[in-house]
Amino acid sequence: MQEQNNTIHVPTVAELLEKGEAPDILFWVGCAGSYDQRAQRITQSLCKILHHVNIKYAILGTEEGCTGDPAKRAGNEFLYQMQAMMNIETLNNYGIKKIVTACPHCFNIIKNEYPELGGKYEIIHHSQLIQSLIDEGKLRPSDGHSFKGKRITYHDSCYLGRANDIYEAPRKALEVLDADLVEMKSCRSNGLCCGAGGAQMFKEPEKGTKDINIQRTEEIINSKADIVASACPFCMTMLQDGIKVKEKEQSIQILDIAEITAKANNL
Amino acid sequence: MLFTIFEITSKGTIMAAQIIFAIIFIGAILLFYSNARKIYKNIQLGKKEDRSDRKGDRLKNMLLVAFGQKKMFKRPIAALLHLGVYLGFVIINIEMLEIVIDGLFGTHRVFSFLGPLYGVLIASFEVLAAIVLVGCVVFLIRRNVLSIKRLRQKELAGWPKSDANIILVAEILLMTAFLFMNAADFKLQTMGFAHYHSAGAFPVSSMLVSLLPAGAEALVFIERFCWWFHIVGVLAFLNYLPISKHLHILLAFPNTYYANLEPQGKLENMPSVTQEVKAMLDPSFTPTSVEENVRFGVKDVPDLTWKNLLDAYTCTECGRCTSVCPANITGKKLSPRKIMMDTRDRVSELGKALEKQDTEIIENKSLLDGYISREEIWACTTCNACVEACPVNINPLEIIMGLRQYAVMEESSAPSSLNAMFNNIENNGAPWQYAQSDRANWKNEM
Repeated sequence: MQEQNNTIHVPTVAELLEKGEAPDILFWVGCAGSYDQRAQRITQSLCKILHHVNIKYAILGTEEGCTGDPAKRAGNEFLYQMQAMMNIETLNNYGIKKIVTACPHCFNIIKNEYPELGGKYEIIHHSQLIQSLIDEGKLRPSDGHSFKGKRITYHDSCYLGRANDIYEAPRKALEVLDADLVEMKSCRSNGLCCGAGGAQMFKEPEKGTKDINIQRTEEIINSKADIVASACPFCMTMLQDGIKVKEKEQSIQILDIAEITAKANNL
Repeated sequence: MLFTIFEITSKGTIMAAQIIFAIIFIGAILLFYSNARKIYKNIQLGKKEDRSDRKGDRLKNMLLVAFGQKKMFKRPIAALLHLGVYLGFVIINIEMLEIVIDGLFGTHRVFSFLGPLYGVLIASFEVLAAIVLVGCVVFLIRRNVLSIKRLRQKELAGWPKSDANIILVAEILLMTAFLFMNAADFKLQTMGFAHYHSAGAFPVSSMLVSLLPAGAEALVFIERFCWWFHIVGVLAFLNYLPISKHLHILLAFPNTYYANLEPQGKLENMPSVTQEVKAMLDPSFTPTSVEENVRFGVKDVPDLTWKNLLDAYTCTECGRCTSVCPANITGKKLSPRKIMMDTRDRVSELGKALEKQDTEIIENKSLLDGYISREEIWACTTCNACVEACPVNINPLEIIMGLRQYAVMEESSAPSSLNAMFNNIENNGAPWQYAQSDRANWKNEM
């Protein structure tokens, strides 16, 4: 791979194919990771990690399309299945076998709902990949990394946790930091939603007494954490907004597991 | 005189008592059978779904979740009280067998031939009865005195609240009758009166003996009255179940057996849509047996699956789902418990209307809008907290999703911002209005 002045070239599957090569793993970026400015930094962090550990990966680039998750969860099964079948065709044409993604919503739908439509892949969430890289010793926080002694809490994404029983992998990625890890009042299978799921991200909430992300932000504040670790770009947006509304931007930082890992490894 | 059955005077009255007992007993069983059949028929109004696979996993799930009460223990106080009442219910039912045999054959404590084992059995029934009594009293206090939010929410106003209190009071009365029956029996045994031979051990009811009168006749009256009150009460309670949330004591078992075994995040791919989408993408594709006039999504209860309807009849309205629902916590109208209560109310109503061929209720009313509003279904974040919280594996989310599918695919009535999101996905492959060609621009800034 080309590398000049610390820049990393992120290959597409099409590029590799031109050279007669295929990736060992496809990085499914997802719409948030592609377009959302804040989430792009998660995407870039994961690329740095993949590059650092010399995994032969590639992205679909402009050939990737929405998995259809927000359409499906909003009740539009037609649109979801159209998207799913187009994506499956692309993935199958390239002979993709293994996928990693930084979005729990993409992860859930590709893992659980694509197989019946002909899309059978081994898919892992980036927190699982990071955990296995740590276990294999390929990722190790640098000596003077900035998370030492920081108070960190982890916000469970519904689509990783309750939806797919992934509670440990993201926590393992934090355990190596030598930080002060704390849990919020509702965590793991009792974790409180950030308010974005089920296509809520794309609409105004119904009338109520409070927004859901504010409720969750209050739990974050009560945990007295300096850093909230998240593993989902939508949770990231919702909690970032909540922290802003509560005027806690100076004291509480929200970072994705991939960003924390990349930074701790000096990537 | 009716009261003669409460006295032990002659062979004749014993015979009369046996006949009355047999009539009440058989009548109660038949009535229950007829009501249970109606519920079964109502559940069959739902769509077919095969849940006959993975029998081993299903059995394990039922043993852990229903018998083992596994999911109850997320809330230890309620779980311990419930465990006491549950064990009492299950184990004291062994005593019911003796009561029924005694009633039909005119015997008295027919199992007493078991000797010391009988003593152990009766003693444990008594201890359990006392635990049930305490549990029910605490439950009544929790419901009516303490401010426990999930037990006071607005969907419980009216009948659901009365239903809960009726159940608790009935259980308290039944257990009281059981203990006083034993107390009177025990006192008659110590007096060596008539056929009240020494049988059983009475660790709890022996403490009640001092409250009883001294005369043998009065004691026999109390013993017989409590015996009849207890058994007739139990049979009445059995027939109360079909109209009550308390039906969970029976349906929790099949409901956990047939529960979803897939990851909670997995939603079904609608097969009817798959056919159409395949035909759209590939003109050479010939759809296999497309049903005429297939309805997309759920407007009314027959559009749900039988399992959704079994869920509705199994719900005991504990509200654990609602108390963890992020929408409900933040004051939105959505309450997963209400979704289940509404589904049960509608399927019961529809079942009755179908019997009477009441077309107004069959055709002009439906679950969506008639019971569940749009505001409720659009407030859901699909976070699965309600599904996770349910101690008997009920899934309110499937029903909400079905209602959304109907609103979107049959009526195109999604909130406008969601329609904009659909358009974006359709036009540029992302829920936002960004060009497909810009999708990988982030990599230029690495």
